Amino acid sequence: MVEDSLHPVIVQLQGVRRSYNLGTGFATEVLHGIDLTVRHGEFCAVVGPSGSGKSTLLNIVGLLDRPTSGTVEVCGEQTTVLDDRALTRLRGHSIGFVFQYHHLITAFTALENVMMPMLGAQEFPTAAMRASAEALIDSVGLTRWKDNGAGQLSGGQQQRVAVARALAMGPALLLADEPTGNLDTQSADEVFALLRRFNTEHGTTVLFVTHNVALSARCDRTIEVIDGQVTGE
Amino acid sequence: MHTTWLPFEWIVAIRFLREGRLQTLFIIAGVALGVAVIVFMSALISGLQTGFIRRVLSAQGHIQLLPPKEVTRPLRMGANARPGEVEAATVQVPLQRLKSIDQWQAVAQQIRSMPEVLVVSPVAGGSALVVRGAASRAVSLVGIEPALYYRVVNLPDKIVQGSADLTGSEMLVGTELAADLGVQVGDKLRLSTANGADTTLAIAGIFDLGNKAANGRSTFVSLRTAQSLLALPGGVTSMDVTLRDVYAAELVAQRITAATGVDADSWISTNAELFTAITAQNTSNDAIRFFVGLSVAFGIASVLAVVVVQKSREIGILRAMGISQGQVMRVFLLQGGLLAGLGSVAGSLLGVGVLVLWQRSVHNPDGTPLFALVLEPALFGQALALATVTGLAAALAPARRAARLDPVVAIRG
Repeated sequence: MVEDSLHPVIVQLQGVRRSYNLGTGFATEVLHGIDLTVRHGEFCAVVGPSGSGKSTLLNIVGLLDRPTSGTVEVCGEQTTVLDDRALTRLRGHSIGFVFQYHHLITAFTALENVMMPMLGAQEFPTAAMRASAEALIDSVGLTRWKDNGAGQLSGGQQQRVAVARALAMGPALLLADEPTGNLDTQSADEVFALLRRFNTEHGTTVLFVTHNVALSARCDRTIEVIDGQVTGE
Repeated sequence: MHTTWLPFEWIVAIRFLREGRLQTLFIIAGVALGVAVIVFMSALISGLQTGFIRRVLSAQGHIQLLPPKEVTRPLRMGANARPGEVEAATVQVPLQRLKSIDQWQAVAQQIRSMPEVLVVSPVAGGSALVVRGAASRAVSLVGIEPALYYRVVNLPDKIVQGSADLTGSEMLVGTELAADLGVQVGDKLRLSTANGADTTLAIAGIFDLGNKAANGRSTFVSLRTAQSLLALPGGVTSMDVTLRDVYAAELVAQRITAATGVDADSWISTNAELFTAITAQNTSNDAIRFFVGLSVAFGIASVLAVVVVQKSREIGILRAMGISQGQVMRVFLLQGGLLAGLGSVAGSLLGVGVLVLWQRSVHNPDGTPLFALVLEPALFGQALALATVTGLAAALAPARRAARLDPVVAIRG
């Protein structure tokens, strides 16, 4: 864990539980009272077997899902009291997502996909959006392919575009849910190196869900989730 | 991005439509067909109705004013009569003799001052006998002031020989009557009426009203000549009124009767069956519009519902990126509006094209077009507005569904 006094808390979970209604009068609890603190600038691996609750944990930290009980503080905001509009705004401005599948919008080019979060925020002039997106595309090494349709890129390239898109709004927190899961070793290394570089150069906090032991070993900190509980670090 | 000058929702909506090219083309074609049917039906019915009404009103005013009918006034019994008690057991209906509208000049002035009224034309009309040698025919004598009457009935357009200019010693006759009596323009005819008056008039023109009976029966003379022949010095038996809006005739007729006391018959009441047919046509046209609009709405809604399913992952990732529910909703509403708007433009053009082809290929027996091509800009404006509103309404349910998608579920697929 990074030194406390130098790095403020960016994620603070206290007693977070999440259960799902199975629709038959029964509910199943996926997270059983998780306490977790992540500080600004940390690069954390989140590991654990399939079905242990890693993705649910990431969705709650990413404000895509709400806990059944407990509190979630992200970027200094107590999110459990925020409405959907405020959550959406906080998510758009402070959190970036990279998923196992790239989820690029195939109707747009690589560059346009990177511009998309800025375009949606409706806060930037067109020239500034384009310049920022081009810089990001360049930083992930895809300048040559920036005008290619998202569907025309290789899996590794698509995931790099997804990383660039996740960083478009300059988020303080980047959540990566098995971003290398579908990639070959070389592409996986490239994507991991990218995330690492942004973490180092821009101080972006990264929560990186992975099954890849080699990659998790290269993270600053490893959070192990088993059966809906953080069992070790 | 080539279209960054557009708001985010427009860019995404247009791209989604462009991506599903074939799907988009099919639904635009569907909307276009629906709108084309509406434009075609509306213009055709409007054209046919305009033709019918023009023909009906080519020989009559929109309102005809007549003197009140004479009624029998039963005499009461003497001072001992109880309420409702009358002298005679039966009341004989009186004969309707030819009489003038009381104070017609003042009545005409009063009616002319109404904003809805265009022309008021006095007419002195009755029966007469035209005689030429041994031949004679009973005719309907119409005394007119040409300058006013021709603004009600465009008689000059119906003149086939001579001219419509009438002086006190001239008359106009129909083609059938002219043929029966073997007369031409310039020939003279003797006219006599039941009260014993007669005069000889020269034929100034021969007209064709498009109706054999009317051409054999109608004659037109100047108002003063008719007044003299019919023993109505200074009087008129009716007045023809034309209005700015032909469909307001019934209402204006009621107002005239209320204001002046004269009987006012609108063309709507005198052609009740025609007007009923027109109303029925309009009702069926509205029904067709409604059902076509409904099918267009269902078409758009079903396509957008499919698009929401197809794009659920993209919607999920957009939501994760900070795109609000409102923005997602507007993306899909815009798609509905764009599909309907583009379809209605294409449909309007298609409808006009079919109308022009139809009008050029279908004719009346006399070679004139079956209907007048009435292309009112308002019709296209209405079609565009109606289709766009229908498209937006149809997109509402899929758009709400898209906006309410749980991003976690959507991304997971």
